[in-house]
Amino acid sequence: MSQWTQLAREGLWTNNPALVQLLGLCPLLAVSATVVNALGLALATLLVLVGASTTISLIRHQVPSAVRLPAFVMVIAAFVTCAEQLMAAFAYSLYQILGIFIPLIVTNCAILGRADAFASRQPVLPAAIDGLMMGLGFGAVLVLMGAIRELVGQGTLFSDMALLFGPVAAHWQITLVADYQFLFFILPPGAFFVAGLLIALKNVLDQRRAARAQPVNIAPRAERRVRVTGTIK
Amino acid sequence: MSMMHAPQLGKAPSTAHVMRWVIAATLPGLAVMTLYFGLGILSNVLIAALWAVAAEALVLRLRHRPIWPTLNDSSALLTGVLLGASLPPASPWWLIGVGVIAAVVVAKQLYGGLGHNPFNPAMVGYALLLVSFPTHMTLWAPPQSLWPDSLWPQIMGTLTTSALDGLSGATPLDAFKHKGDAVLASEFWASSPLPDGTLNAWRNIALAWLAGGVVLIAKRLISWHIPVAMLGSMMLLSALFYANDTSHFGSPLFHLVTGATLFGAFFIATDPVSAATSRQGKLLYGAGIGVLVILIRNLGGYPDAVAFAVLLMNLCVPLLDIVSVPRPVGQATARPDERKSAP
Repeated sequence: MSQWTQLAREGLWTNNPALVQLLGLCPLLAVSATVVNALGLALATLLVLVGASTTISLIRHQVPSAVRLPAFVMVIAAFVTCAEQLMAAFAYSLYQILGIFIPLIVTNCAILGRADAFASRQPVLPAAIDGLMMGLGFGAVLVLMGAIRELVGQGTLFSDMALLFGPVAAHWQITLVADYQFLFFILPPGAFFVAGLLIALKNVLDQRRAARAQPVNIAPRAERRVRVTGTIK
Repeated sequence: MSMMHAPQLGKAPSTAHVMRWVIAATLPGLAVMTLYFGLGILSNVLIAALWAVAAEALVLRLRHRPIWPTLNDSSALLTGVLLGASLPPASPWWLIGVGVIAAVVVAKQLYGGLGHNPFNPAMVGYALLLVSFPTHMTLWAPPQSLWPDSLWPQIMGTLTTSALDGLSGATPLDAFKHKGDAVLASEFWASSPLPDGTLNAWRNIALAWLAGGVVLIAKRLISWHIPVAMLGSMMLLSALFYANDTSHFGSPLFHLVTGATLFGAFFIATDPVSAATSRQGKLLYGAGIGVLVILIRNLGGYPDAVAFAVLLMNLCVPLLDIVSVPRPVGQATARPDERKSAP
C-alpha cells in the first residue's frame, strides 16, 4: 500500500476525526441539523485543515518546540479568518446561520491535533494530503449526520441549498414527507444520538470485516480432551 | 404445619410477581382517569402495551436472547402501561409507538435490558415525546363523556389540525403556568379558567393513584422512602414559594393534586432499577426529585416536570449510591478496611 492510499484510508476511515478520534465534536453536534449547514461548515473546516497543515509543515523547522502550539494556533486562526471572510462574501445568509461556529473552528481539536501529530513532523506534500483526507473524513461524517437529522427531523433533504450554491439550487429540496416534524432530531440531543449510532455502525462494519478476514481455526478433537487417562488412539 | 429451622427467611418475590402487582396497582388510577377523560385513556394504555411487548420481542430476537422468559417478567408491559397512562387521552397510535420504542428499545434494551438501564424507560419515552411533539403532548381534552365523539379518528391520527385544536384543553398546571405574570393567582381562579369539575377530576385521580401506591407499600413491593421524601420535599419547597408570594405561585395542595405528582411519586420514581438502592440514598433521591419538580414548575419553562426531575435524579444515582453506602452492623464505617477481609 502506497503512502497516499495509507493517508487516505486513515483520514476517511480507520482514523476518522469524527468517528474514531472523536475530535471536533462541538461543531459536529451543533451544526449538523441540515445538509446545507453541515456542508457549509465541512467546506470551511476542510479549507482550514488543508491550509493549516501545509503551512505548518512549511515552517516546522523554524518553530521552536516550546512555542509550537501557540504558533500553530496563530496559523490556524489566520486560515479561519480567511474562511470566515470568504463565507461572509459569498454565502452571507449561511454565514449568519452558522454564526459563532465559524470562528470556533480555531478551537476544533481535529485541526490542532493533526497539526501537532502529523503536519509538524512531515514534509509538505504528505501533510497537505493528510489535511485533505482528514478534512474530507470529517466533512463526510458531518454531511451524513446533517442528512440523517434533516431527513428524520423534518422529512426533507437538501433544503435551503440556495444559501450555499446561489439561486441555481433553489429547487434542490427533496420533500419525502410533507408536514412532518420530529423535533428531537433537530435539537442537540438528536445529534448525540445520531453520532452514537454512526460510531456503532462503523464498529460493527469493522468487526464484520475482521471476522471475515480471520481464518477459521478449529482445534483437532483430541487436543480438547483434558482429562484423559491412558493413551489416545 | 411443618417446622422450619432458622434462619426463617421469606422467599424474595420474583420480578414477574412485582411487575404484575405494580400493573394491578395502576388499575384504580386508570379507572378513575377513564371515568373523567373517557376511553381515550384505556386506548392509550392498550396501544402502548401492545407496542411495548412487540418492541421487546423484536429486540430480544435481534439480540438472540430467549424471548418468552424475558417477556414473561412483564417489565415491558409495565413500561407500556406507565407510558400510556402519562399521555394525553386518545393519543394517536404512531405517537405512542414512537414513545414506547424510545422507552423499550433505546432506554432499556440498548443499555442491556432489564436491570441495566440507568434511566427510567417510561420517562425517557415521555420526555422524548414532550420535546419532539409539543402540539400533541399538550392536548388534554377537558373532562367529557366516557365515549368522546372523535375517539377513533383521534387514535388513527386522521383528525385535521383545526379539529384537534377544537378538542384541546389545558391541564390545571398548564393553565396556571400560562396565566401570565400580570394576572394574580386570585384573579386567575376567580375567572374560572377551567371547565367545571376539572380540579375535582384531577384531585380524585390523584387520590386513586395514592390508593394504588398505598397497596404497593403495604405489600412491601416498594419502600416508603422515595414517595415520602419526594412528596415531603415538594410540599416544603412549594410552601416556601407560596409563603413568599401567594399571588404567583401555586399552593402546596395545588401542586400535590395536579399533574403527575402522586402518579410519579408511587409509580415512576420507585422504579427499582433506576432509583437509588440504600435507604438513605432513596431519601436523598426522592427529595431531589421533589425539589426539581417544584423548581421547574415554578421557575422553569414546562408546566409539569416529573419526567425531567426523575431523569435528572437518575443521573445522580451512581453518586448517591456511593455516598449512601450503609454501615454494616458492628463496623465503625460504611466501607470497612479491605485489608482486613483479605486472607
